[in-house]
Amino acid sequence: MQIDHKEIAESAQYKSEVKKLSFHYGTFNALKNIDMVLHDKKITALIGPSGCGKSTFLRCFNRMHDLYPGNRYDGEIILHPDDVNILASNVDPIEVRMRISMVFQKPNPFPKSIYENVAYGLRVRGIKQRAILDEKVEVALRNSALWDEVKDRLHELAFNLSGGQQQRLCIARALATDPEILLFDEPTSALDPIATASIEELITDLKTKVTILIVTHNMQQAARVSDYTAYMYLGELIEFNVTDTIFIKPKNKQTEDYITGRFG
Amino acid sequence: MRSVKSLEEIRRIIILHKRWDLIFMITGIVALMIAIMTFMALFAHMLIDGLPRLSWEFFTSFPSRRPESAGILSAWVGTTLVMLVTAVAAVPLGIGSGVYLEEYAPRNLLTEIIEINVTNLAGVPSIIYGLLALGLFVYQLGFGQSVLAAGLALALLILPVVIVATREAIRSIPITIREAAYALGATKWQTVSDHLLPYSSAGILTGIIIGLARAIGETAPIITIGALTFIAFLPPSPVKDEFPFISFEWLTAPFTVMPIQMFNWVSRPEEAFQLNAAAAGLVLVVMTLAMNGLAIYLRYRMRKNIKW
Amino acid sequence: MAEESQNKLVYAGKLGYSFRRHLHERFIETFLFLSAILSIAIMLAIIAMLLKESIVFFRQVSIWDFLTDTQWTPLFDDAHYGILPLISGTLVSSLIALLVALPMGTIIAIYLSEFAPFTVREIAKPFLELLGGVPTVVYGYFALLFVTPLLQIIFPELPGFNLLSAGLVMGIMIIPYVSSMTEDAMRAVPMNLREGSYAMGATRFQTAIRVVMPAAFSGIAAAYILGISRAVGETMVVAIAAGMQPNLTWNPMEPAATITAYIVQVSLGDLPHGSIGYQTIFAAGLTLLLITLVFNIIGHLLRKRYREIY
Repeated sequence: MQIDHKEIAESAQYKSEVKKLSFHYGTFNALKNIDMVLHDKKITALIGPSGCGKSTFLRCFNRMHDLYPGNRYDGEIILHPDDVNILASNVDPIEVRMRISMVFQKPNPFPKSIYENVAYGLRVRGIKQRAILDEKVEVALRNSALWDEVKDRLHELAFNLSGGQQQRLCIARALATDPEILLFDEPTSALDPIATASIEELITDLKTKVTILIVTHNMQQAARVSDYTAYMYLGELIEFNVTDTIFIKPKNKQTEDYITGRFG
Repeated sequence: MRSVKSLEEIRRIIILHKRWDLIFMITGIVALMIAIMTFMALFAHMLIDGLPRLSWEFFTSFPSRRPESAGILSAWVGTTLVMLVTAVAAVPLGIGSGVYLEEYAPRNLLTEIIEINVTNLAGVPSIIYGLLALGLFVYQLGFGQSVLAAGLALALLILPVVIVATREAIRSIPITIREAAYALGATKWQTVSDHLLPYSSAGILTGIIIGLARAIGETAPIITIGALTFIAFLPPSPVKDEFPFISFEWLTAPFTVMPIQMFNWVSRPEEAFQLNAAAAGLVLVVMTLAMNGLAIYLRYRMRKNIKW
Repeated sequence: MAEESQNKLVYAGKLGYSFRRHLHERFIETFLFLSAILSIAIMLAIIAMLLKESIVFFRQVSIWDFLTDTQWTPLFDDAHYGILPLISGTLVSSLIALLVALPMGTIIAIYLSEFAPFTVREIAKPFLELLGGVPTVVYGYFALLFVTPLLQIIFPELPGFNLLSAGLVMGIMIIPYVSSMTEDAMRAVPMNLREGSYAMGATRFQTAIRVVMPAAFSGIAAAYILGISRAVGETMVVAIAAGMQPNLTWNPMEPAATITAYIVQVSLGDLPHGSIGYQTIFAAGLTLLLITLVFNIIGHLLRKRYREIY
């Protein structure tokens, strides 16, 4: 599908644009020539059958693929407002990760206290002043709707929390550093329905503060939380549009088949 | 949402942090190099001193008062015989114990005690095993300062190695293999002997070789038993001309082993004997390195071949 | 009709309780159980043997003298039985060894686990394992005839037997144990914890120090405890390179005997079974076992307190 980049460049409503992005794991071509945009302070969902490359695509945004040898990016992901291509080889992946946070599929709190988990990103940035840390931790925990549950046991080990709480803690950890984009990689796939509902609610609330890109295997979830939806299949972006359009009258036959469950 | 710090500040911090990455990386390489260089120095030093002494006669001569005609015949024969006893004792017991703990043991207090105890045994200093063997095998059981006593002492020493290797090898076999065997009507022991042991044999073998390589170089427990250092004769041959052709007299014979011979030569003040020590050390190191290398190779092959 | 009942009989016979098969299984299970229980028997035998001879020893020498006398001369006419000189030798040589082995082993482990490229790790790991397989008597030779002369260039007054050289070589010897166990513990930390840290913008070093090491704490503690046990119980390096003269000193530049070196020295001589000299080595062995036991208990408590929790 085509996107008019000229039009986009003139508009301020885009947080990021993806231009002709391809990605290789060794010789395997996992992403093929993707063009897409992220609208500022909106939630964009990536859907598609497993193995379609949606997680791979998400992980390009904070250069997680740099951790493993043999991976190659082609194309650009432009981050606004400073128009920097975060995939460029002269851009430090660490800098990218400091600006774009990520929440993983399985909750992965560090073996530290609740407080230290949330403060981790700040400490990594060299912030030592107790007052700043205290404040940031509290704000992040409030924003992730966890504060009331943990405020009396901030210094207990994070592993004692329930799965849903751990995932909200990971969201708080990602929020504490005021990221420009927040990436979610199937954040509720390891959780029960009640915890899922609370995470979804949280994600919806967060869009007033931050641009969100979420990968989900659950179409209802995409329909419930997102403003825009992209359907991917075999490493290609098949269709990208306003969520309502995708779910009500998709333009592409493939998308329609997937949405209506006739896929395969 | 504004950033915690400005972009310039973040970049400055990243540069600072990356400097630490670099410093640590260099430190790591240097530490690794020190370990490797030390080993190289050790090997080179021994090679320079010992290589000229290595000859056919060195392997076929008994120790002697004259350093230039001394050899390691009684030492390597002794080592071979002691290792034989060690292997015969440690292998069945170690594998049996590993199989029991992994496949048979009920989850109860006794099992837990056995497991903790195996870990503790692995941490007991080797010389303590020597004291045990001295009190128990040499005097209490009356084996004397013999091949048998030494072999058993080393067998006890390497038992934990064999047990742990057996357990790890068996544990890596997926539960579905066991279920497949039981579903065909196999008994527990049939499942173990027809499936689990063959499939884990490479892992167990690796453990046995590493254990024996350790036993070959062990000096302290054998000194403690009171092995003689000057042995200018061989134990009686295990093979005889007349019926029943096999003899076990060698089990109770006095003996010496390679590391003891080397220790004996190192402690002599004359430099010529220290050259002999270097030559004996060279043989010993090559032997243990070859065994350990074989074990590492086996493990490497195993990892490549079997993917459960 | 008759055929049918015959079939039934055949099946009944096969499904029935097979006494012979049962006996066979029980027999094997008993053998396996006995070999497992043997490890407990060994431990008990070690303790019993050490206690048995030590009790005889302590009937002749008071525990107070044993712990406070500053001389250890059991084989002299004027016999003194103070374990302190042996303990000081053991502690000084172990301390030097650990000052080398723990930091170096940890640094190598972090480097191999978190920094090194795949090929470096694949080559370095087996190499370190080989290093750990070199017999200790060879390291003793190396300490006496290579390291000591080298050190004498820097410290000309250093005697031929000294704790420093023995300790340093012992440290190098222990590095592979510490590094390999520490690295195993660090590699067992799941990748998603590392990814969580990297996703926050952490560098490799920050991830290694702040996330991976705390997560692997219990395994690292086990590695350290093993290293300590090795150093305290090491025999041949000290027996060869540190001399076998009991010497109450904290100066690593002096010769001194460790507990283990003393046992070797006595065993080399021809002491009659049942003499007090014979009993001293069991009392010394008991002391050594208690020292390693203390460290093992500390390690066990540490592990219990900080189990792997990822």
